[in-house]
Amino acid sequence: MEKTAILALEDGNLFEGIAIGALGCSSGEVVFNTAMTGYQEILTDPSYARQIVTLTYPHIGNTGANSEDNESLKAWAAGLVIRDLPMLASNFRCQQTLQDFLCEQGVVAIAEIDTRRLTRILREKGSLNGCLLSGPELKQNGAERALAEARAFPGLKGMDLAREVSIADSYQWEQGSWALGEGYRAVDESRYRVVAYDFGVKRNILRTLAAHGCAVTVVPATTRAAEVTAMRPDGVFLSNGPGDPEPCDYAIAAVRELLDAGVPLFGICLGHQLLGLASGARTIKMPHGHHGANHPVRNLDDGTVLITSQNHGFAVDEESLPENLRCTHRSLFDGSLQGIAHRDRPAFGFQGHPEASPGPHDASPLFNHFIELMSGHAQAH
Amino acid sequence: MPKRTDINSILIIGAGPIIIGQACEFDYSGVQACRALREEGYRVILVNSNPATIMTDPATADATYIEPITWPMVEKIIERERPDALLPTMGGQTSLNCALDLNRMGVLKKYGVELIGASREAIDKAEDRELFDQAMSAIGLETPSHGMAHDMTQAYEALKKVGFPCIIRPSFTLGGTGGGIAYNREEFEEICSRGLELSPTNELLIDESLIGWKEFELEVVRDRNDNCIIVCPIENLDAMGVHTGDSITVAPAQTLTDKEYQIMRNAAIAVLREIGVETGGSNVQFAVNPEDGRLVVIEMNPRVSRSSALASKATGFPIARVAAKLAIGYTLDELRNEITGGVTPASFEPSIDYVVTKIPRFTFEKFPEANDRITTQMKSVGEVMAIGRTFQESLQKAVRGLEVGVCGLEPILDRGADNIKVKLTRELTEAGAQRLWYVAEAFRYGWTVRKVAGLSGIDPWYLVQIEDLVRREQELEGRNLEEVSAEEMFRLKRKGFSDRRLAQLLDVGEDEVQARRHELKIRPVFKRVDTCAAEFDSTTAYMYSTYEEECEARPSSRRKIIVLGGGPNRIGQGIEFDYCCVHAALAMREDGYETIMVNCNPETVSTDYNISDRLFFEPLTFEDVREIIELEKPEGVIVQFGGQTPLNLVKQLEAAGAPIIGTPPDAIDRAEDRERFQQLIRKLKLKQPPNRTVRSVEEALAEARDISYPLVVRPSWVLGGRAMEIVYNESELKRYMRDAVKVSNESPVLLDYFLSAAIEIDVDLVSDGKNVIVGAIMQHIEQAGIHSGDSACSLPPYNLPDDVQQQIREQVAALALELGVVGLMNTQLAYQDGEVYLIEVNPRASRTVPFVSKCIGASLAKVAARCMIGKSLAEQGFTREIIPATFAVKEAIFPFNKFPGVDPILGPEMKSTGEVMGVGATFAEAYGKAQMAAGAVIEKSGTAFISVRDPDKVYVVEVANRLLDLGYRLAATRGTARVLELADIPVKRVNKVAEGRPHIVDMLKNDEIELVFNTTEGRQAIADSSTIRSTALRHDVFCTTTIAGAFAVCDALRFGDNMSVYTIQQLHAELG
Repeated sequence: MEKTAILALEDGNLFEGIAIGALGCSSGEVVFNTAMTGYQEILTDPSYARQIVTLTYPHIGNTGANSEDNESLKAWAAGLVIRDLPMLASNFRCQQTLQDFLCEQGVVAIAEIDTRRLTRILREKGSLNGCLLSGPELKQNGAERALAEARAFPGLKGMDLAREVSIADSYQWEQGSWALGEGYRAVDESRYRVVAYDFGVKRNILRTLAAHGCAVTVVPATTRAAEVTAMRPDGVFLSNGPGDPEPCDYAIAAVRELLDAGVPLFGICLGHQLLGLASGARTIKMPHGHHGANHPVRNLDDGTVLITSQNHGFAVDEESLPENLRCTHRSLFDGSLQGIAHRDRPAFGFQGHPEASPGPHDASPLFNHFIELMSGHAQAH
Repeated sequence: MPKRTDINSILIIGAGPIIIGQACEFDYSGVQACRALREEGYRVILVNSNPATIMTDPATADATYIEPITWPMVEKIIERERPDALLPTMGGQTSLNCALDLNRMGVLKKYGVELIGASREAIDKAEDRELFDQAMSAIGLETPSHGMAHDMTQAYEALKKVGFPCIIRPSFTLGGTGGGIAYNREEFEEICSRGLELSPTNELLIDESLIGWKEFELEVVRDRNDNCIIVCPIENLDAMGVHTGDSITVAPAQTLTDKEYQIMRNAAIAVLREIGVETGGSNVQFAVNPEDGRLVVIEMNPRVSRSSALASKATGFPIARVAAKLAIGYTLDELRNEITGGVTPASFEPSIDYVVTKIPRFTFEKFPEANDRITTQMKSVGEVMAIGRTFQESLQKAVRGLEVGVCGLEPILDRGADNIKVKLTRELTEAGAQRLWYVAEAFRYGWTVRKVAGLSGIDPWYLVQIEDLVRREQELEGRNLEEVSAEEMFRLKRKGFSDRRLAQLLDVGEDEVQARRHELKIRPVFKRVDTCAAEFDSTTAYMYSTYEEECEARPSSRRKIIVLGGGPNRIGQGIEFDYCCVHAALAMREDGYETIMVNCNPETVSTDYNISDRLFFEPLTFEDVREIIELEKPEGVIVQFGGQTPLNLVKQLEAAGAPIIGTPPDAIDRAEDRERFQQLIRKLKLKQPPNRTVRSVEEALAEARDISYPLVVRPSWVLGGRAMEIVYNESELKRYMRDAVKVSNESPVLLDYFLSAAIEIDVDLVSDGKNVIVGAIMQHIEQAGIHSGDSACSLPPYNLPDDVQQQIREQVAALALELGVVGLMNTQLAYQDGEVYLIEVNPRASRTVPFVSKCIGASLAKVAARCMIGKSLAEQGFTREIIPATFAVKEAIFPFNKFPGVDPILGPEMKSTGEVMGVGATFAEAYGKAQMAAGAVIEKSGTAFISVRDPDKVYVVEVANRLLDLGYRLAATRGTARVLELADIPVKRVNKVAEGRPHIVDMLKNDEIELVFNTTEGRQAIADSSTIRSTALRHDVFCTTTIAGAFAVCDALRFGDNMSVYTIQQLHAELG
């Protein structure tokens, strides 16, 4: 079989395989994800912008792709690396094959490489920049070019991607959560007005909020706090998103103002990190991040363990937590900080993904907590 | 929460003998549980009737009772040991049932024993169909709709609810006889009326049919803080309608999107909460409609199971160990996973980066009369598991690990045969043991994936990959090996093709393919099973081979020994051999060697992570084993302990330069090759029953006249007495040579004069090459002619004269030294009319090694392994035969109740799946306990039916007198009755079935008979009387088919049920 795609890592490692997606050249930070289901959700999660995702489970594409399982309008991942693309997709909801989906979405992808070897390299060395190259260009010194591109990639540290992946105009979100045989449910009534900052928001967050009785207005990442408070929301949601939280000074400033205004705040992933930064904590780049759907997190308040979906390369540094922030959740893998709450404000953040999609639903009660905060806040005012 | 301090001692009930549906996975879970609890400082009391288990080794628990698992016997143990708690979730259904009995009989309350791991309420809720349905509907989950009926009116009522097609099952019929699937009213009427008649309670269960739905199973673990994790989702390749145990299963689940998987995950956790499993592991089974994803809960087991053993091996997460820790109060977050060296926590869902395939192994060839279709009742006797990076690779590795004479998806249809379409359609629709191969055949005949999916219900995702394998094979056929490039070879190996299968396709030898492959530098690499898909650096030493870029094996430079395991369980080769492998590995470890285990049976203790230093979960084929040997470069490879499986590889391995240690391979050949064996016998001046090796029907008839009838006939090179029969005359011999075997120059048939009234003896010994120590002499209860694996035996012998025993000792020692045995040797002998005859010698571990070790308090397998690395018996301090003062009886356990229509008669072909052991101060007590442990209920009085063959008539008067003394009334058929009447013994004459009604079978059906002694010989007589035995079996009437068995039963009856319980620690201490 002819090698039709190549993955080059900045450290010089090369992987030759078969092109299974769009043809072209794409560089980004190479990360791995150990979730065994949910590749379509992962590809369309805006948090994967500028990242080339390696999925550790060898067969990817078993259930094809469908219009329901997208987490945003398009695929954001800068590339996909897998061991094996199945010969056939089989699922009653399947509408197209993964290969067609990748081509349609313009995702460069490679298969038939030793993904475990790649994962072990990333584990040892931390996330590396890389470049995927497929198609005719491969023949013209493809390896050298890919390597050069990989080395030329500036890295995610200091990269403000939230602004890039966010929307231009705000809009109302109306779709509720998914049920087998019914698809996405319509939402009957909304009791809370929530403004959701889109730093690269996953749709399932919006759906879950809607299903919890929230009328959600999604706003661009750079929306100023004053504009948000003018909408008189019951609560503000800070979404997940790609890249480094530190350069998002506009968002940090807005969050600071919202905190001062006493509006209930809930941050997930990048939103959680922004909440931390706005509250005076620091964030750090992790060696290879957390990317999977099996991460145990302890709820420090009641001692229970949640199996969570995780996707982050940066984290709030527990050492740096100011007095008024307390740690609410901690990873049972590496002890890293997983949740924070303000002692004196109705604001909290969670590093993992309580909206799951993909992944277990164990952390979904965090949405209830947001509702409680809003309901308490509404009563107090 | 830390562990509980209010309890100090815990009773664990094991699963008892190996039966279909309950195999050595419960030894694996039980051993983990015992270790997990003992390391926490609890006193562990164990009861298990199965001596072939590691869990009943004296070192596993503090007090070990090899006693019958019945509530009265367990009460005696509780009375003596006063445990604080009982953990009933480690020993399968046997243990749960016993715990429920103890609870119902008030024993737990009386002695203040707390049930831990599962409450009575939870067990009831999970097991009682109605309660379970209610519980599921309470949490909004569907179960298949169903109804119950006692007449046709009720049946039609039920039909309204369930609709067509529906499954009809008569209650309490053996093996589900009389049930079926109805697609229309006519079939419904017919099956229901037949079923109502067949069911002793005139009861039918009518279920909604989910045939063709996909089946999934989730292994869930929950702790007292309500933390839940899914260890592994497993998907069945076979659709609903085939028992999970008989299905090919794949982990992880392949055809679910995340949304569907999370629905299932949430449902599984909800089920545990609702059923009330507070701590421990459970499995939940689901059916999913492939058309719309509708999900239905099929069942759940509130305990560890065969699937949890599979899930543990598939993921590297030790479910039983964790479940035991949770039962004593820990929570998941307080535990680490030991397999990864503690790198991963227990409160975590393993992520795997490979595909696991399990294929069941069937033994229909042993039960030719049985219905060989696989259905909702489990019939397989073992399983193989394989790990590969892709489904194709893991499937093909599993196929070659099965050891059913295939090395891939070989064609199995006769090319020229008629009705191929009909045959294929049937085999795809009604699954038999070989459906996988018929699927491949269908693709060879050009059938489409769509068509095969429609007929079989197998998901196209799997089928298209099987089709691809067939296409790759077709591309290869007719080509030259030299044409195969490195790149193509690599691609084929990545798809899991074995060297042997490639050799077949290219029409060359396996060695040539291997040589070419090595020349092309295509070698497997080894990846680690680390539970986390390489996310963390773990020290796990659990590996599998694949064809990839990077090898993670990192072999050490230590002195090392490889132990080859026994592969999938089958009748004739099961847990006993795994026991020996485990002991060999432990001994080598204790002696400072790095030990390396190779095996592919997920049920076993040998594949547990802490038995050896390194574990290769690989098929036991020449190719796979050779690659490991060449990677590891061990000092020695032990092939004696895994049964026939590793021995079959010896010649090839030796030729490839593998350092086989222990008895030289040539000695094995000398013992197994008939002619060389005869030379040996002659040299040592020993006796053998007259015998011949024949290569044609004519030769057989001529030679038979020379040595005279009856004869034991069998093909050469078999284990477990495959196709072995006793023939009494020329016409029977003709039929055997014509129908039962394919005789040829390459596969001769062996004829032995049959010693029809001999006592059979088994001897296990160990030798260091210079000295021999007898492990034990065992006297079979059943006379010669019954396969040794099926015969009960007594250790020490219960009525074999001392001088004969002495003669036997001398003979076996001479044999072992002459053969140059280093390690174990098993000899079977017969004693008749003052003469000792040699029947068979096997210079390897035998089925009785664990039993002997339990009786004599020394591990023969360990001693033998040390002999192999050059430690003399004297150095080991093993210098004399240990003869216990107490008696131990081993009894075999049969699967007849799973195979309705099969005659439950014993013969030279082994049919038992497991064994139990009874210990007593006398033979009678030990035999009675062994029967009790085997589940036999021998009534204390009533009517005994006696019908014996002519040679036994001389004993029948004594048997009858003993029964009369015990208070039995007697009934007999004409011939036997005449003998008894002549001796003035009162007996009621009963018709044989052919003599008119009412006959004996009528009496059995009317519950007028409490005991059956039925001995018979000759094919016709056996056939005529088979309904007597099968009816007795169906009506739970104790039946023995040998006269020696009849005497033993009388002994046991006279002893009564005033039995004592003994710990083996105490018995061993008494041995001095």
